[in-house]
Amino acid sequence: MASRGRSDDGSPALTYDVAIVGAGVVGAAIARELGQYDLACVLVEAADDVGTGTSKANTAILHTGFDATPGTLEARLVRRGHALLLEHGPRLGIPIERVGALLVAWTDEQDAALAGIAAKAAENGYAATRRVERDELYRLEPHLGAGAVAALAVPDEHIICPFTTPLALATEAVANGVALRLGAAVERVAQADGAHVLETSAGSVVARWVVNAAGLHADTIDRLFGHDRFTVTPRRGELIVFDKLARPLVRHTILPVPTATTKGVLVAPTVFGNVVLGPTAEDVPDRAATGTTAEGLASLLGKGRRILPELVREEVTATYVGLRAATEHTDYQIAFHADQRYACAGGIRSTGLTASMAIAKHVAQGLRDAGLVLRRRDAFREIRMPNIGEAFPRPYQEPARVAAHPDYGCIVCHCERVTRGEILDAARAPIPARTLDGLRRRTRAAFGRCQGFYCLAEVTRLLAGATGETPARLLRTP
Amino acid sequence: MTTIVVGGGPAGLAAAIELRRLGAGRVVVLEREAEPGGVPRHCDHLGFGLLDLHRLLGGPRYAARYAALAERAGVEIRSRTSVTDWAAPMEVGTTSPRGVETISADAIVLATGCRERPRSARLVPGTRPAGVFTTGALQQIVHLQRERVGRRAVVVGAEHVSFSAVLTLAQAGAEAVAMVTEYPAHQTYAPLAWFAAGRRGVPILTGARVAAIRGRDRVDGVDLADVATGARLAIACDTVVFTGDWIPDHELARRGALAMDGASRAPRVDQAGRTSARGVFACGNLVHAAETADVAALGGRGVARGVATFLHTGSWPAPPVHVTCVPPVRWVAPGAIDPGEPLDVFRLRVDEPCANVDLVVAQGTREIWRRRYSALVPNRSIRAEVGGSPALRAEEALIFRIEARS
Repeated sequence: MASRGRSDDGSPALTYDVAIVGAGVVGAAIARELGQYDLACVLVEAADDVGTGTSKANTAILHTGFDATPGTLEARLVRRGHALLLEHGPRLGIPIERVGALLVAWTDEQDAALAGIAAKAAENGYAATRRVERDELYRLEPHLGAGAVAALAVPDEHIICPFTTPLALATEAVANGVALRLGAAVERVAQADGAHVLETSAGSVVARWVVNAAGLHADTIDRLFGHDRFTVTPRRGELIVFDKLARPLVRHTILPVPTATTKGVLVAPTVFGNVVLGPTAEDVPDRAATGTTAEGLASLLGKGRRILPELVREEVTATYVGLRAATEHTDYQIAFHADQRYACAGGIRSTGLTASMAIAKHVAQGLRDAGLVLRRRDAFREIRMPNIGEAFPRPYQEPARVAAHPDYGCIVCHCERVTRGEILDAARAPIPARTLDGLRRRTRAAFGRCQGFYCLAEVTRLLAGATGETPARLLRTP
Repeated sequence: MTTIVVGGGPAGLAAAIELRRLGAGRVVVLEREAEPGGVPRHCDHLGFGLLDLHRLLGGPRYAARYAALAERAGVEIRSRTSVTDWAAPMEVGTTSPRGVETISADAIVLATGCRERPRSARLVPGTRPAGVFTTGALQQIVHLQRERVGRRAVVVGAEHVSFSAVLTLAQAGAEAVAMVTEYPAHQTYAPLAWFAAGRRGVPILTGARVAAIRGRDRVDGVDLADVATGARLAIACDTVVFTGDWIPDHELARRGALAMDGASRAPRVDQAGRTSARGVFACGNLVHAAETADVAALGGRGVARGVATFLHTGSWPAPPVHVTCVPPVRWVAPGAIDPGEPLDVFRLRVDEPCANVDLVVAQGTREIWRRRYSALVPNRSIRAEVGGSPALRAEEALIFRIEARS
């Protein structure tokens, strides 16, 4: 076993026990899980921050898994992941809110499907669904568009912060000795002295075991290990985020009745106090096709107008695109190769946010079965992330905190009420904000309705001062 | 007696100064930025103060002058103080480096101003690279932080502020490679258009909109679409500035459940600046987004008289006559009229260019006022000095409409 050295200078002399490729929510969860054992681990990420791919751009729902395909690995891990995040999320400081979901039937045909969906939920071990008749539905959601017939209530659907979740898991991993290599895209894999040598864009990483959690690129990494079992065909989802003034319009996550081809477009509150509408679903060949389209946005507005007519009259705060790591298979692609000391956790679609901690436990067990020795360490250091959820006290609302540190009373981003203290904290965190987008994901700064009209200059100046970057670099000024 | 003024821009400061002059008692201005003065602080060009101060100043000097006048008048200015919500009908919650507080008042004046709609609110598709700004962000980066922004910029919009953005870009060493407007012509004064864009050879692409933004880390271009034909034109650039398309900063007004005007998105006020909530007034670019700073300041000065009367008498007249409009008039402010007081100046906007038309104000079939305009231009302030004290019927709307002249 390698010494628990923290040789972060890229020296290939250090051999890690496990390298996890991909610092999305799944890779971060695996790193955190393995961080509990007496192992030297490294989390290797191509991008310049944690959670910048599929993890950051989804509908941010903590699923019960009620509508998963019974008997699949995905169904099992989503269900367990839901429980694990509810247990650990609050301790980690991950904003989670129990809003519940209403699966709304708009036609008699959809109404007829509700009973089957409830039965499927029960088959998935989730028995708390309840049929809601029309009158009660409109009492529960007074702003719902006309014409709803009935609904199925799913009271344990939660909303969760898609930014804090991977960051919290990665931060707890790092706090427990896992090394983090950002900006290191794995390009080749070689073998030397019984270990894998990952040749990355930022030097080589040597590890006895490799776990592939590379999301949209999991098939590419898998092929570097000689496997050809799945191909990622990204499914593009466009989403629209509405202003906080729209938040009182909706109390639950409003789900459509799924069809054979799509889960459809939902309306959901966000933990930041906004409302999200989406996603579209379109298979795209390009793994970098993260642009919105006029057609996609128009289609969303049309659907939104029917679901919640008043919503589309509110201002739009943001539009974004998520790429789900869909494959030709319907289930997660998780496999273990004891002979290669390699594990693959691919094909993890948008449910991966919910399932992440369960996937991590599943992977750890698989590695153990494959021969990796897992001995619990005596001390496990817990961390707590700064709260960026709207449902919990924010620093600007906490008299004691402001009194102790006036920087928490100095609001810099007015739309999102982010204080100078939080921006400085983010720049000095264990996994610090190094870019404006990274700062946005950690604090919400410049993320709101004005998109920086008031604060971009000041936020940039503060982050530059705290990180040693120049404003021009942060703004990517050519 | 205490009056809280939320917002220390030209309207809020002018209101506060006038309130002190009228002997209205304690006046506290709550300003969320580090310095009072509002948007003129970062408008580093001439053109401020003509109507209200009777002199021509640059934005920063104008802002500083108002701050000094307010101080001299005995106004309490609390900067870095954010009003975060209402604590009670006449009480606001604030956060500042001094702490978390609630402040109550006998009257509250909202002067929270307005902002430009960013790219996202305009639903412009494409990728989300760095290099996309509003004029507000651009001016602050260039004039307050003295930073560069890029080399080749496309300016979206061709109203007054759009040309101001071209000037700011030039000062930061960036070339405006095009201005884009959906309208058939730019919407500013010819001399300003020439001074900012014409002499630099900046093309103004009319009848076009931004169809997509391209680029990964940084903008590398925009696709324009002809509004009529849909024909595409790709332009290489590293910077895009979205200008104009104003929306009031109405969040506090809406959280207070004030009656709003659907089209202007402003709280509905009457001639005296009274909102639908007793004791709460609104003025400046919160009620007419956006007018020039001096017009906003004059509006602030005007609302002070209504506030002083309210503090003195406690009277809050209702119900007012509502003011509505017919397209192509987009919105009119004030949006309510107290028939007991003289009519005042109305400010409005139109959705499309109108040449050689009459602007007509009517209540039912009765015409109150009519004036000929040779041209009404979208995105440009239109002033209708209706005035007088016609006998208006309560509960019947005053309608603004446009009639073509034969």
